[in-house]
Amino acid sequence: MKEYMLIFRHEDGSKIASPEQMQIWMKQTMDWLGALGASGNFEGKGNGLLFDDSRVVHHNKVVTNGPFGEIKETLGGYVVVKANSVDEAAELAKGCPVLQGEGNTVEVRKLAREDGVH
Amino acid sequence: MEQQQLIPHLFRTEYRKIVSVLCRHFGFEQIEIAEDLASDTFVTAAQTWSIKGLPPNPTAWLYSVAKNKAKNYLQRGLLFDSKISPEIQKNTPEFHEAELDLSPQNINDSQLQMMFAICHPAISQEAQIGLSLRILCGFGIEEIADAFLSNKETINKRLFRAKEKLRELHISIEVPNEAEIDARLEPVLTTIYLLFNEGYYSESQHKTLRKELCQEAMRLCTMLIENRQTNKPAVNALLALMCFHASRFEARINKNGEHVLYDEQDTSLWDPELISKGAYFLYCSANGNQVSKYHLEANIAYWGTQKTDNPEKWETVLKLYDQLLQMAWSPIAALNRVYVLSKVKGKQAAIDEAIKANLPRNQFYYTLMGELYIGLDNAGTIANLQTALSLAKTNTDRLTIQRKIDALIN
Repeated sequence: MKEYMLIFRHEDGSKIASPEQMQIWMKQTMDWLGALGASGNFEGKGNGLLFDDSRVVHHNKVVTNGPFGEIKETLGGYVVVKANSVDEAAELAKGCPVLQGEGNTVEVRKLAREDGVH
Repeated sequence: MEQQQLIPHLFRTEYRKIVSVLCRHFGFEQIEIAEDLASDTFVTAAQTWSIKGLPPNPTAWLYSVAKNKAKNYLQRGLLFDSKISPEIQKNTPEFHEAELDLSPQNINDSQLQMMFAICHPAISQEAQIGLSLRILCGFGIEEIADAFLSNKETINKRLFRAKEKLRELHISIEVPNEAEIDARLEPVLTTIYLLFNEGYYSESQHKTLRKELCQEAMRLCTMLIENRQTNKPAVNALLALMCFHASRFEARINKNGEHVLYDEQDTSLWDPELISKGAYFLYCSANGNQVSKYHLEANIAYWGTQKTDNPEKWETVLKLYDQLLQMAWSPIAALNRVYVLSKVKGKQAAIDEAIKANLPRNQFYYTLMGELYIGLDNAGTIANLQTALSLAKTNTDRLTIQRKIDALIN
C-alpha cells in the first residue's frame, strides 16, 4: 500500500461552533480514525496544525503572524493513511467529519516514496 | 485507540468555567477577548486530541493551554493598545503579571460573580437569559437560537447590544455585599426562573436541549445555595419549585410529541428522586421571615406531585393561589386558580368566576372553559374547545384539542 496525506481544510470554526459542537466533531474524528486504524489504513501518523503561535515568512524575509486575514480556508491538521490508490484514499477521506461543514475540504496527496521513483 | 472515554459535555462544562475566570481576570470590558481565548482553547484541543488522542488529564491540559493563551495575549501587548480606561489599569495592579487562576475556588467565585454581572436589570430579560446561556452555561449561538425559536443573527445582535450596555455601565464583577444581596438576587432568580421556563414550555422540537435548559437553571440555582452568601430561603424555594416541575418532564410529552395534561399523565414516569429533592429544598426554604412568590409557587407545585384528590388539598392550594395572586398576579396563575376553584366550589362557580375575572381570552382560557362545561353543557364545551382550536399556535396543541373535541362528539 502507498501512503497518502489527507489535509483538512476548514473555515474558521471557533467563531461559529459551540463547545458542545466541537466536542461532537472531535469524537466523530476519533471514531473515524479508530475505524481506519482497525482496517489497517491508519497507523497514528498525523497531527493538528495549531493556529496560535504561527508565523508566515515572506520572500523578503519579513515575518508576520499568520496565516490569517484574507485567507478564509485554514489548515486544521493532517493524517497519513495507507491505501492502494489515490481513489481508495479519497474514499477513506469521505468519512472525515470535517466534511460536514459546507466549504470544508480534505485534500489528498500522495507521499513521495524513498525509492525516488514515485 | 484511546484508553479513556471523553466525559460528556466536557467542553461545554469547562468552557463556561474558563470564560468566567478569563472575564473576571480581564474585566467585563474585555469580555469578547475572554470568549475568544476560551473558544481558541477548545479549537486547539479538538485539533490536537482528535489525532493524537486524549491527554492523561484533559481538564488540566485545557487549563494549561488557557493560561498560556492568556499570557501570550498579554505579552503580545495587544491589551495595552486597546481602549482600556486608565482607572482599570490603576485599580488592578496585578492585571499584567498574575497568571490565570484556575483553582476550584476561583472558578466557583468567578462564576458566581459573573451571574450577578450578567443578570442585571439594565438589560432586557431575554438578553440576560441569552448571556447566561452563553457565558454561564457554555451554549453556542445556534443552540440558543434553537431554544428561543429564533435565528443566529437575532441572538448575536441581542448579545452584542447587551454587552455594550453593560460595558457602558462599567459593570463590576463581584458578589454584592450583605446589605444589597437580597435586592441583587432578585434579577438573578428571575433569570434562572425564566431560563427554566424556556426549557419547560419551549416549543422547540429539540427535546434534549430543552431538558438541558432546565438542568442548567437548576445547576445555577444549586451554585447559589452552595455559597454561604447567597444561600437564601427564596433561592431554596426556587430550586424546590424547579425540582417539582422537572419531576414530571418525562410524563409531559408523549411519544407523538403531544402535551399530556396533568390529569392524564402516567405517574410512573414521574421522577421520585426529584420530588424528594424538591421536598428537601422546600423544607430548607422554610425559614426567615420573608415569603417570596417562589415559596408560594413551590408549595403549590408540591401539591402537584401528590395525586391525592381530597377537599383539604384543594382548599390549601386555593389559599396558596390567593396569596400568590396578591403578591404577583399573572394570567397563568389566575387561570390555574380557576381550575382549583372548580375543585373547591364546583364547576359553575368556577365558570362564573372565570367570566368575571380579567383573564386574557387565549387558547388556554377556552380550553379550561371547555373542561369546566363538561357534564354541565356539552354544547358549551364543544363551542369553547373550537374557539380554543382556532387560537392554538402549535400543531401539537391543535392535535390535543382536536382529540378532545372528537372524543366528545362520539
